[in-house]
Amino acid sequence: MFKFPQEDNPDTVTVTIEGSEVSVPRNCSVAAAVLVSAIGHTRTTPVSNSPRAPLCMMGVCYECLMVIDGQANRRACQETVREGMRIERQQGVGPTR
Amino acid sequence: MKAHYPLLIIGAGPAGLSAAIVAAEHGLDVAVIDDQAAPGGQIYRAIESISPERIKQLGGDYQRGHELVAQFRASSAEYHPHTSVWSLNDRQEIGILTQDQTRIITADHVLLANGAMERPIPFKGWTLPGVMNAGAGQVMFKQAGIIPEDGVVMAGSGPLLLLLAWQYLHAGVKIRALLDTSPYNNLLRALPHLPRALMAHHYITRGLHYQNMIKLAGVPIIKGVSRLSAHGDNKLEKISYRRHGKTHEIETDLLLVHFGVVPQTHLSRAAGCRHSWDNNQQCLRPQLDEWGATSQPGLFIAGDNAGIGGARTAEHAGRLAAFQVLFQQGIIDQAQRDREANKDRKWMRDDLHIRPFLEKLFRHPWGLLAKTDDDTIVCRCEEITAGQIRAEFQQGHSGSNQVKFITRSGMGPCQGRQCMLAVAHILANESNQPMHDDAFYKVRPPVTPLTLGQLASLYPEEQE
Repeated sequence: MFKFPQEDNPDTVTVTIEGSEVSVPRNCSVAAAVLVSAIGHTRTTPVSNSPRAPLCMMGVCYECLMVIDGQANRRACQETVREGMRIERQQGVGPTR
Repeated sequence: MKAHYPLLIIGAGPAGLSAAIVAAEHGLDVAVIDDQAAPGGQIYRAIESISPERIKQLGGDYQRGHELVAQFRASSAEYHPHTSVWSLNDRQEIGILTQDQTRIITADHVLLANGAMERPIPFKGWTLPGVMNAGAGQVMFKQAGIIPEDGVVMAGSGPLLLLLAWQYLHAGVKIRALLDTSPYNNLLRALPHLPRALMAHHYITRGLHYQNMIKLAGVPIIKGVSRLSAHGDNKLEKISYRRHGKTHEIETDLLLVHFGVVPQTHLSRAAGCRHSWDNNQQCLRPQLDEWGATSQPGLFIAGDNAGIGGARTAEHAGRLAAFQVLFQQGIIDQAQRDREANKDRKWMRDDLHIRPFLEKLFRHPWGLLAKTDDDTIVCRCEEITAGQIRAEFQQGHSGSNQVKFITRSGMGPCQGRQCMLAVAHILANESNQPMHDDAFYKVRPPVTPLTLGQLASLYPEEQE
């Protein structure tokens, strides 16, 4: 669906997306990293369990809610990737603490 | 962050930055808070970290952000990124959230400069993974140079769609097709506004250039498209549309849609500012005086959340609001305010000549806005369809708020940002009424979702 640029030689960090380690540009948002990794949907809805993925990438649609480092309901488009970050799909309302 | 500021600016796009620069130059203690990680807003996003190569691909307008952000960084204005606002009221109390902690701070004057968002128009399949806003694609391009793999389809109506297609071509993206949903007769309706638009002819020259380059690159530009739909089981597999009475299909895993931009009004409505329906821009906008002052004392608005005028106009509007705040706080006198303001007003006037032409050229047909198919989801968060909204209308629930209470449309995490225009349009169509100022959900704080833990952090002394 999406790809990182080839001509750039970006400064990268390693994150875990749905259990797989991937190397992504340091400036990138979590949502962008996930879209490039092509895992399909990034959450399922609490209402009907239907698959969803980021829509607006600017923080207004809340479609990109994911579980980041164990915390549910994070807007993946508003968080920048960090070394060692664990990124998981959010199923419905996500894990409760 | 302090507990009180003489001037607090919400939003670090062109309007907020230019206002902060002016206020700081005159010695005012001003702070800018912004949801994003870096200054520039959506238009100049990632301007400080982007590579020179990518700047070239994005085009000349984007570079203006360099100067603006550099001036802002050099100023004495405080800057608080990663800070969102969940409440604003008529007492200039601002509820903020930063690093999972909530706080309420106050200000003598507040300038709301939180810009626009892409107009959400529900269509069949728009909730499928693989359907995204074109602006979202542009955000990823600015942020990290991310581009679509070959075969992307772009659809909708508005200047950004052409601009993004042109930017993608520069970056080597193979675009499968560009589908234009604006009706053929838009051009005829726009023509009377062309002479005035020619006074800002650089916009028109550039638009024609983009269109020519897209055609030269061999991208089919398909005009007169209606009934755009997205299909697939768990993700996008193909799209379909109607044209000249026939249905066409294109296989693709990525559809980028764009239907122009509309002001973000959640905060200004929560604060009780008066708004009115703008039939030319097909959106709700706040009622403002010539300085950007709202109906609530002390609360100003500048930039695209005042009504769509674009980045350059936003800069001047930000400065005008700052001059008025400086005047009201006794820092400059009336003569100085008016002298400074005259220059900005002239620039704004020149820049805005293009708008009536663009508004007619990219105007959305009523059917696209209001005649959504019954089985199409309108409220994405609570998964409420157009049919459910119509059924409530048939039961006598004719207002947005009644429909909201009964169906939960607009009550999900986005707080109605994605469905408020569509619900109002559908109800207006059912009742054969034109759109009006009170056709929309009421907005109450918190305007963004908060956890109980975040809310409890307002009262640290009561926590164990």
